[in-house]
Order: sequence, then structure tokens, then C-alpha cells
Amino acid sequence: MIDAWYKLVDMLLPFEWGQYLFMKNALLAVLVITPVYAMLGTMVVSNRMAFFTDVLGHSALAGIAIGVLCGIHDPTWPMIIMAVCLAVLINIFKGWTRASMDTVLGVFLAFMVALGITILSRQGGFVKYTKYLIGDILAVSPSEITWLVVVFFAVLSYWCVASNALILTSVNSSLARSRRIKVFLLETSFTILLAIVVMLSIRLVGVLIINSLLVLPAAASRNFARNTRSYTLWAVIFSVVSGVVGLVASYYWGTASGATIVLFCVGCYVISLVAGRALPKLIKVFC
Amino acid sequence: MILEGVNLHLHCGDVLAVVGPNGAGKTTLLRAILGEVPYQGNMVSLIGGVERRRPRIGYVPQKLQFDLDCPISVADLVVAATSKRPVWMGITRKALENVKKILGVFSADHLIRRRIGELSGGELQRVLLAIAMTAEPELLLLDEPSSGVDVQGLAIFYQLVRDLRKQHDISVILVTHDLSGISPYVDRIILLNRSIIAEGGPQEVLSNEKLIRAFGPSLWNVSALPSLSSGKT
Repeated sequence: MIDAWYKLVDMLLPFEWGQYLFMKNALLAVLVITPVYAMLGTMVVSNRMAFFTDVLGHSALAGIAIGVLCGIHDPTWPMIIMAVCLAVLINIFKGWTRASMDTVLGVFLAFMVALGITILSRQGGFVKYTKYLIGDILAVSPSEITWLVVVFFAVLSYWCVASNALILTSVNSSLARSRRIKVFLLETSFTILLAIVVMLSIRLVGVLIINSLLVLPAAASRNFARNTRSYTLWAVIFSVVSGVVGLVASYYWGTASGATIVLFCVGCYVISLVAGRALPKLIKVFC
Repeated sequence: MILEGVNLHLHCGDVLAVVGPNGAGKTTLLRAILGEVPYQGNMVSLIGGVERRRPRIGYVPQKLQFDLDCPISVADLVVAATSKRPVWMGITRKALENVKKILGVFSADHLIRRRIGELSGGELQRVLLAIAMTAEPELLLLDEPSSGVDVQGLAIFYQLVRDLRKQHDISVILVTHDLSGISPYVDRIILLNRSIIAEGGPQEVLSNEKLIRAFGPSLWNVSALPSLSSGKT
């Protein structure tokens, strides 16, 4: 499968960067994972969960730390288990605490980051783990890409089955319940899916910017989308275009790919803000 | 314990207004009927001689949570609530016709392409009522329909509800803190403050001077009023 992709890149993209295997892998990874960020991001933004996904991303540090304590070489599984537990815990906590969600998340964020850094910094060893802070998409392996493809189809199927219910729940959970939607199950499954996607992305883009990749494409799309279809469609377009352009730019600039991709996402946001908000007003004033 | 000793009997086609001050437990009562909060005792629906635990419920919430730039159109909302086909894939022409039909009954079909953030309070309420009616409810729950709606919009809304219960023979429970203008549209009023304080026909309740006074400046004194009828029916 992956060989077919390499041949396709050689045929269609006869550029300098396209010759390298790591760029071919990274390009495929970007093409698979950016639409996933965009789709999940639309609901993250609609449900005001940006802080929540940030906490999820940062919990990776605690996940890695626990992996290290248990002597597990590959921290992916401890990270995923940690994040899924955290997601479920926050969801339950949300139900019975009287504190604002903001505060609850702040507490969890502090705990996760502090726990991670405390354990990982034993005997001054934190430097080893800075790679998880900024990620490295160029180091993605074909087996990791296979996982990303699995996640892509999982999210797509989930979106086909559950997105209507998620929309209804996002505007009013009692209304959703009155339509026989199991709200707790729905919200929990969504947060678990988010946790898995975020954790699989930590190695690629890092703890610090994973959240931007979820939030920015959807935020840019909201500047002019008038219905759910165009909201999703434009978020996917912004996400994929920023992903590919950012990856190629990072090759020529010699910069970290994840951060470069985010910069292009911000560019999309600014352009859509101007196009969606300012232009119609200017046209009204001058025409 | 938020509510105590609430005993309600509702006939098909009845419109019941549950009135009470803030914090009286009105919304809790609705949430209990919806099955969202636990309660002791039971709820029985007896329709056509068949006994069931819970009737089919249509629920019109007081408000929706969304940001003003929320990219959900009215058509999206209706399809999301009534269809399995994911909205993000787009709405087929056939589905759109169906949405128009659903909204047309409540003179809201012209709103179909608007974003929900662009609707007035009254318009949004009619859309939500249209959605609630697609569940073919036996019991319609209306949560504070007067909030965010002007007087004219509210009269239109109440008239629609009244027509509905005639056509569909459904029972309606309407929760409000605002007594003004509801009497032509309701059959019974219940005054709630932690438990049922008074119950009766709109004339009976609204002509009770003490009651009117209680709903004027000091809503909290309602609990001091004598029971209007013996009837916790």
C-alpha cells in the first residue's frame, strides 16, 4: 500500500522535497489526519471545548511519565489510557461539581502538567522528553500512518452516526434527551474519541500546538459559514491546505513542521475573518 | 428535596399552566417529567386504555445555547432532530421539502435558510415547537415560552399551541412565571412553590385577589396563601 503512495508522489510531485521518504510519509500523515482535526474541531468549537482539548493535550506529559514509571518504552498506550480516563473523569466531574467548567479544567491542567514534569524531571532528565512538546511529523513511520488511517475511518463513521445527535446536544441537552438521545453516552464517546486522536497526534505535532490544529480550522470556517455543511467543508479545506502548505514550507525553511502548519492555519483564520466580516461591511459602505 | 407532594392529573387536550416564582421548582418538575432528575412516586400515561410508564413527549426548551456566529441553519436544526442522515453531508432537496412542510404549519418556512443566531425569540420558539411536534407527542412541554418573546409573538405562539391541542388531542404543560395573557389559552393553572399551592381554572385563579397580589411585588409570599381547591387531584 505504502509503496503505491511513494510511486504516486514520485509521479505527481516531482519536487526536491518529494524525493525524500520522510517527506512522503509526512505528507500522507498530514493528508489523513488534518481532515480528522477539522471535523472534530467543528464540534470542539461549537461546544466551547477548546480549553478541554488543551487539557487533554497536556495530559500527555502525565501519560508519558506514568509510562516511564512502569518501564514501558513506547508511551503511546499509557498516554491514550491516561487521556481517556481523564476525559471520562472530567465528564463525570462536570455533572456534579458546582464550580465552573473553566476552574475544573484549570485544576486538571495544573495537576496533569505538574505530575508529568515532576516525574520526568527526576535527575534532570526532562530534556529527553522535549520532543513531545513540539513533536516531529517527519519522523512518522508507516505503521503509525496505518493507525492514523484507522482513526480516520473511525472518526468518519462516528461522524456519520453521531454528528446529528451531537449538534442537538450542543444547543440543548434536555431537547436532545427528549429526542431519546443518550446524552452522557454521546458526550463521553465523543471525548474518548478526542482523547485518542489527540494522543496519537502528540508525537507528530507536540503537546504545545495540538490544540491549535483542532480549533483554528473550525474557527476560521465559522467566520463565514452559514450552515453545518459549509462549516465542515471549509474547516476541512483550511485544515488540509494549511497542513500541506505548512509541511512543504517547513522543509524549505528548516523549521518545526507542526508549528509552521499552525502559522498557516492562523493565516487562514485572518483571511477568513477579513473576507467573512470586514468585506461585506466594506461593500455595504462603498456600494 | 426540591419538590414535594406534586400530584397532577392531565386529560387529553388539556392545557395546564404551571406558574410560580423563580426557584419554585418549575423547571425541576419539567426535568422530572422528562426523566432527567430522579423522583419518588410514579408517572403513568393512559392512552387508549393502554398503560405506559411514559408518554411520548415533545419538549420546547426555554432557550438554546449557541454563539451568535453559530453556523447551524434552521434547516440543519430540524434535520438534525428528525433525521438520521448526517447534516454535515448536506441536506437533500427532498429533505428540504420535508423541512418546509414541518415548519410551514407554524408559519416558519421562510426561516429555513437562516442561521439560528439570526432568529428573533418568537421565530426560534416556533421553530422549536415545529421540531417538538415531529415527535408526534402525546404530551407537549413548554418551558417559559414568554422569555425573550414580545407580546404579539407570544400571543401567536399561544394561539398555535391552542390550535395544536385541538387538532392533535395532545396534553400541554406550560411552565411560566408570567401570568399575563395566558388565561384565554389555558384550561387550568397550577401555582407551584416547592409543592402545589393552588389549583383551578384560569378565572378562578386569576380572579383571586390575593393571588394576583402575590404575583405582583412579592412572589415569595405565595406559599402563605391558602389552598384554592382541596384538589391535589
